[in-house]
Amino acid sequence: MSTELDSRSFLRWCWRQLTSMRIALILLLLLAIAAIPGSLFPQRSQNPVQVRQYFIDNPQVAIWLDRFSMFDVFSSPWFSAIYLLLFISLIGCVLPRSIEHLKAIGAKPPLTPKYLDRMESYTEFKKVDLHIVERYLRKKHFRIRRDENSISAEKGYARESGNLLFHLSLVLILIAVGIGSLLGSRGDAIVNIGDRFINTPTSYDILGFGKYQSEDSLPPFSITIKDFKAKYDPVSNAALDYELTVSTANPVGSTETTRVIKVNQPLTYGSTKIYLQANGYAPIVVVKDKTGKVVFDGPTTFLPQDANLSSIGAIKVPDMQPQIGFVASFLPTADRDPIRGGFSSYPEVLDPRLLVAVWKGDLGLNRGIPQSVYRIDTSKMERIGLKALVLNESYDFGEGSITFTGWTSWVNLQIVKDPGKGFALIGAILAILGLLISLFTRQRRIWVKQGRKTQIAGLAKNGIPGLEDEIKELVKEMSNER
Amino acid sequence: MSDNSAAVLSNNLIYSAILFYALAFLSHAIEVAWSVKTPAKSVKKTKLDFSRTERVGRLATAFMVIGFLLLLPGVIFRGVSANRVPWGNMYEFSITGALAFSGAYLFALKKYKLRWLGLPAALSILLTLGTAVTLLYRPSAPLMPALKSPWLVIHVSAAIISGGVFLLANCIAGTYLFLDKYEQKGVRPVWAEKLPTLEALDNLSYRLVALVFPLWTFSVIAGAIWAEAAWGRYWGWDPKETWAFITWVAYAAYLHARVTVGWRGRKAAWLCLLAGSTFLFNYIYINVWGTGRHTYSGL
Repeated sequence: MSTELDSRSFLRWCWRQLTSMRIALILLLLLAIAAIPGSLFPQRSQNPVQVRQYFIDNPQVAIWLDRFSMFDVFSSPWFSAIYLLLFISLIGCVLPRSIEHLKAIGAKPPLTPKYLDRMESYTEFKKVDLHIVERYLRKKHFRIRRDENSISAEKGYARESGNLLFHLSLVLILIAVGIGSLLGSRGDAIVNIGDRFINTPTSYDILGFGKYQSEDSLPPFSITIKDFKAKYDPVSNAALDYELTVSTANPVGSTETTRVIKVNQPLTYGSTKIYLQANGYAPIVVVKDKTGKVVFDGPTTFLPQDANLSSIGAIKVPDMQPQIGFVASFLPTADRDPIRGGFSSYPEVLDPRLLVAVWKGDLGLNRGIPQSVYRIDTSKMERIGLKALVLNESYDFGEGSITFTGWTSWVNLQIVKDPGKGFALIGAILAILGLLISLFTRQRRIWVKQGRKTQIAGLAKNGIPGLEDEIKELVKEMSNER
Repeated sequence: MSDNSAAVLSNNLIYSAILFYALAFLSHAIEVAWSVKTPAKSVKKTKLDFSRTERVGRLATAFMVIGFLLLLPGVIFRGVSANRVPWGNMYEFSITGALAFSGAYLFALKKYKLRWLGLPAALSILLTLGTAVTLLYRPSAPLMPALKSPWLVIHVSAAIISGGVFLLANCIAGTYLFLDKYEQKGVRPVWAEKLPTLEALDNLSYRLVALVFPLWTFSVIAGAIWAEAAWGRYWGWDPKETWAFITWVAYAAYLHARVTVGWRGRKAAWLCLLAGSTFLFNYIYINVWGTGRHTYSGL
């Protein structure tokens, strides 16, 4: 035998193995097992901060986990390998079956087997007219092959149709997920109340693109934040409702319309949606230098730390000589207790405090290393003051002064473009439809043969129950006919 | 009715329901215990005679029905007190889940003659309600903004019903494995004589899973549609989503194994138990110790 034939038959063997049900079953179970680490370790795609924390807490372990993609399980080579093999196996199994099924729909049921008495649920019966049997079976919507002395009847083709529809819909869902990740984009932008967001890459705080998506493909809308209302339960302090009012124009400069965005109610532009994902406070301060010149005036975004929106942030004033930074926390409703010190007791602004620690020195902004806007690198700085400010209070820290003049709210808009999700929804609906059809349709064959006696036998696909009763009923019906 | 009085009424109804489930449990225990005939000296095997305990068995079922009839308004008033569907936190999942399980049992009782399952069924309802009122209880409260959506009703109710039926299938698969051990050695234990045949148990657990698998699929899809509206993506491999996926894949494997490969009996029962335990793990572990976006309920 030539080696070429050998390798070809080997490939054929592989293909047959891959499309066999046994391998598909193993792949299914492997897929379930492979998904488990994705729920046990923090994932970069959901929570990069927690992953970074994991690296800090367990550096040795984390490096090894990372080598096996444990922080990116669902985009890892091994997870992808399993589901791709599974889908290849699925297509290899379903496509030939679809072709076969299409042929079967056009064709008559198979010939009546020679020896019916070897089949399951076999009954003998006194001679009846086959016409009557045929009429009865047709009335019950069986497909019928009528030969001279026998009838071969089959029912329940929809089972296989549903089955194939279900599996092909899964392929559609996979394609939809692919479209979404290749042609979509996803980004976050923090916008203060009163400010305008224009949908260009530079307006975003974070922005990610699919592989085949270019930067200029963002739809050219603008969103002006008009108002943001947060309602809280006065007893439990839990949030009850968030309502964001915006005026929006598409494209920028056209007539603006007023719209409301809520947590479960995003704003939609085609396949792009704008979500309200988070909110917080931005205290407004005025900083003056020794000469009384204003060197900083405006809001700074602070990050909420707890349910009562105690927030921390950093106000950086690089234009002063020496540079000044304020490490600050903002308490919307200030309270004190001996253990925790100052804290916030309610998420709304009722009695605000701004706690500032003043640092002098080099903010390190020119070192070229990207810095968090919420933190100050104080390694080259010296602390020169500490103060809790009430509204409109000023504090003179020697190099200048800071005044706490007010606050505004900010919202985090998440802007997501996913052109694949419509297909995913269609795929999901078809999958359920196919599943229902295939699980609740029984496919079975009934043969009736005329000899000295009338023989009846049946075969239920996958041993689904109910056939016996059906044959009994047929027999009963025939006895009544006589 | 004020919100507060509805909450109090709900609590009272649930406590009364617990009492009746306890009575049902006791009656079922008596039914089994008193069915044992004193063996004659020559015969080694004890015999069960359920004709002697038919009455107390029926009484047990009556207590189960009363328990259900008390639990039902208990769950409804819990919803009324908060002006929403009663599944906003784990206490509410548990009482609704117990109601669904108890309803499924009573429904199947008529159809499949399931009274033999009464003792373990009453016990599991008691345990669920007991942990709910002691460990998981939270005062009735309104929903957080992310949960304010009609999908809460659709997604969670489908998940609770699927879960109830998955657990019932699990109980039956477990019974199968337990009895299979005995039958391999020769005979069934006496108390199990009125239980269905192994084959019937095998078929029953398969049918329950096949019946509810589309509903579970729907629940996952409804969750995805909701997630798309609330969180900006329809699928994000959140721990809860991941385990819902694992459960789905495990049951898909079970159905394929049974329908296409022809697994029956022991192997199928083990796979059924495995799939069911992924659901339980998702419900308990992810809700109590997990992270991710499904853990907002304060339990």
